[in-house]
Amino acid sequence: MLTAPLSSSTRHRALVPGLILLAMLAAIVSLAIGAAAIAPARLLAVLAGHGDPVATAILIDLRLPRVIVGLMVGAMLGLAGAALQGYLRNPLAEPSVIGASNAAALGAVGAIYFGLSEWNPLMLPALSIGTGLLALVLLFALAGRSESPLTLILAGIAVSTMAGAGISLALNLSSNPFAAMEITTWLLGSIENRSIDHVWIALPCIVVGAGLLLFDGRALDALSLGEDGAQALGVDLRRTRLRLLLGVGIGVGGAVAVSGSIGFIGLIVPHLVRPLTDRSPSAVLLPSMLAGALLLTLADIAVRLISTQNELKLGVLTAFLGVPVFLIHLLRERRLW
Amino acid sequence: MVSVTIDRLSVRLGHRAVVQDVSATLSPGSLIGIIGPNGAGKSTLVRALLGLIPAQGGSVLLDGQPIADIARRIIARTLAYLPQGQTLHWPLSVERLVALGRLPHLGPMSHMSADDMALVLHALDRADVGHLRDRIATELSGGERARAMLARALAVGAPGLIADEPLAALDPGHQLDVMDLLVREARAGGLVITVLHDLTMAGRYCDRLLLMEGGRLVADGAPDAVLTPDRLAAVYGISARIDLTGPSPVIVPLERTAPRRTD
Repeated sequence: MLTAPLSSSTRHRALVPGLILLAMLAAIVSLAIGAAAIAPARLLAVLAGHGDPVATAILIDLRLPRVIVGLMVGAMLGLAGAALQGYLRNPLAEPSVIGASNAAALGAVGAIYFGLSEWNPLMLPALSIGTGLLALVLLFALAGRSESPLTLILAGIAVSTMAGAGISLALNLSSNPFAAMEITTWLLGSIENRSIDHVWIALPCIVVGAGLLLFDGRALDALSLGEDGAQALGVDLRRTRLRLLLGVGIGVGGAVAVSGSIGFIGLIVPHLVRPLTDRSPSAVLLPSMLAGALLLTLADIAVRLISTQNELKLGVLTAFLGVPVFLIHLLRERRLW
Repeated sequence: MVSVTIDRLSVRLGHRAVVQDVSATLSPGSLIGIIGPNGAGKSTLVRALLGLIPAQGGSVLLDGQPIADIARRIIARTLAYLPQGQTLHWPLSVERLVALGRLPHLGPMSHMSADDMALVLHALDRADVGHLRDRIATELSGGERARAMLARALAVGAPGLIADEPLAALDPGHQLDVMDLLVREARAGGLVITVLHDLTMAGRYCDRLLLMEGGRLVADGAPDAVLTPDRLAAVYGISARIDLTGPSPVIVPLERTAPRRTD
């Protein structure tokens, strides 16, 4: 049952608090899982601020960054997917359609290829954010002044394809099989062994990106009536597009920089939360952000619980999880997305 | 009270001149109809009036100020717009759809006030879609959806209303309702402009008609002065039975007198 009628956007009353609670629980479970077994009592003691030094070191220095990166990246991907679906009025939109993910991945691949990441591990995320922003400039140049979503998607495909070609080229020319292996592994997407530095690199990008995207819910609602309809309701389409592309470019760039390519979160999450809202684009934004954080954290728990010879990569798992979830929704809601 | 002055307006779409050298002063208080054959430039004229497409020549003044210099939000609060064949991209409830009309009045983080809600309810009622408020707008019949879209435009509560073909897909009863509603809005001091194809409705309800052909304004005046047999023959290429002075005014197209234009 939806909340009070006629408020500007409505969703199930328990949706946002429920998702916050679940994400917090998932984060705590994620903290408890790792190579070294730490009894729940020691875990709770650390969380309460009076744990033993070994447990504190493991939890705060090793596991906490991973949990935070997971929450941040998931939140950003979920929010970016919801905002893009609203803006492009297309239920199949996700951050990769405007080339944001591939471009950021290209920078990371370059850092590995040229050995920069060995020189300083932080070169990888830094370069990744750099190419993400560069791609954004290219996207604006290609899409020009047109306000049509189709132009933007075509420009995004061009940027994405170009970045993809660059990645292939790096793999192709890589004389060192270990470098090629490292690139491939990185591309699969993972938040293993992340340090607090990764948190500090991604956090500003994600805060800025999420801020830009959360601000525009009203304009996205107005766009349900098409471009003319939205403009006639007072929306400045050029500013909306600027904020949206900057938000996705910067936020997703920061997320990819510390996690690699983790697909499907941005695509599925809005579909999972939309039935619990009034389906207007603004109502989907915040729940998608929270559900993205939850889903990515759950997936990261799963890769550690499923025992394989090499640890399963997060991006591989989200792809496998994503497809059936998406298909079920597609079949159930074929008429109503 | 709001008025729009069009001065030698020309609009090009791509390489085609769609509106050429149109001048008119549109004042509140009377229902103004824009008529003309398909492709005459009616919708383009209306979009230029709203500042949605730039003028290549001439100007549009909203209360004396060039429309290009006015912030979108101010235009949105002044002129409500019902586009032709308005589409809805997400399956929103009718009530939620109509509430979109309040967007020009809301700050980025504010919520709808009780006044906003009252205006939404009033708009639902005036467009006769109050009983559909919980239905999904994309699942309604064409006519019901058209009325929900009209309610969305009314919910803006603007002093001006521009409705592009509001009668399309409506049954005869609702056509009369909508025309009555437009007349009432105009009589109450609103600037009401509507693009119409039904010449009987245009002749019966409008106080003033602008007849367009090939991007030009070819006649502007009272319906009985604009809708003459000669003009219908010249502009539409039809002969018609015209009775605008009797107790039940009617224009019935009888047959084509000129071949269809093939350009």
